[in-house]
Amino acid sequence: MQCEKCNGKAVITLQHGSLCKPHFITYFEEKVFKTINKFRLIDRKDKICIAASGGKDSLTVLYLTKKYLDHYHIPSEHLFALCVDEGIANYRQHTIIDLQEFCKEHKIPLKVITSQEEFGAPLDEAYPKINKDTKKKPCNVCGVFRRYILNKYARQEGATKVITGHNLDDEAQAIMMNMFKANTTLAGRLGPISGIHEQDGFVQRVKPLYKCTEKEVRLYTLLKGFKIDYTECPYSQLGFRHKVQVMLNDFEKDFRGTKQGIIKSYLAMLPLLKQHDQQTNDSIKSCKTCQEPSNKEICNACEMKEVLAQ
Amino acid sequence: MNITIFNEKDRTTTTLDFDKSTVEDLLTHLNINSETVLVTRNNEILTEDELLNNDDTIEILSVVSGG
Repeated sequence: MQCEKCNGKAVITLQHGSLCKPHFITYFEEKVFKTINKFRLIDRKDKICIAASGGKDSLTVLYLTKKYLDHYHIPSEHLFALCVDEGIANYRQHTIIDLQEFCKEHKIPLKVITSQEEFGAPLDEAYPKINKDTKKKPCNVCGVFRRYILNKYARQEGATKVITGHNLDDEAQAIMMNMFKANTTLAGRLGPISGIHEQDGFVQRVKPLYKCTEKEVRLYTLLKGFKIDYTECPYSQLGFRHKVQVMLNDFEKDFRGTKQGIIKSYLAMLPLLKQHDQQTNDSIKSCKTCQEPSNKEICNACEMKEVLAQ
Repeated sequence: MNITIFNEKDRTTTTLDFDKSTVEDLLTHLNINSETVLVTRNNEILTEDELLNNDDTIEILSVVSGG
């Protein structure tokens, strides 16, 4: 297969044609920059916290955010990385080593917070206890841990934005998961900028890889030579998300453009969903125990802390 | 033809006696969705139409990471 732009050897076939290595890298980086500009994900005055795990998505978003800041002459001393070590044996410790090396090489300050120090237990110990009480799956517990720690420590460090490595596949899965579970209250909280509106204590989360597929991200890291451990999370196949992921990839193979179609449809509906959510959910307040943003009196993280303390 | 396959996901290496010719054929034979992997030969990315040769060593890299 030849590149549609230069007749060089193609490395990927996209919906609109095939691209060689240099043209794919340009296409990918331009797409990320355009996403940041179109949705105004970064402001010159922002202090940016990048949620980083050392996986392909977070290293890509770290690298390209730094490149974006340099390109637009935005001071990059306003940038730092925050890693949540959930405490998953034989998994996270490998990616953290890659992350530490990457941050050192690119001169990005890194802060690592463990579930052990915040919740009193690593995920491997916390999950069975919480599951016994609540039947929550490991990905649910992990998600609560991560969101809580990210928001709390990003805010403590004075961040005005949290950048995450969520890609097009992650988003398409989340949209379908909300649909399947009739999570209408959460439906308006996805998109390139998470959340409905500004809220005390909540640091806005933004997604520069919003329009990049998982396959494109992996290819980009491979072509750029990023050192990444590709061990899969041992819990990932237990979750609802995994089933949706397999389904969407099967659809994508047979009907190219399925995932992009989901994103395009969602973005067209998003203003209405946000409006609906604002009208029906004006009750987002602070948790009575920890004062972190919550739509319940006691947030999920504090509920889990309580179970773990028993 | 004989092809040696390294699968990154389970970190296994297997040898396959294979009578078809392209990367797409190989993935179909292995029941792997091409959306979920990248395929390389000697560190070079192969698109699905690429022809395979006898004694090739192929790496199948998982696109899905993390959790």
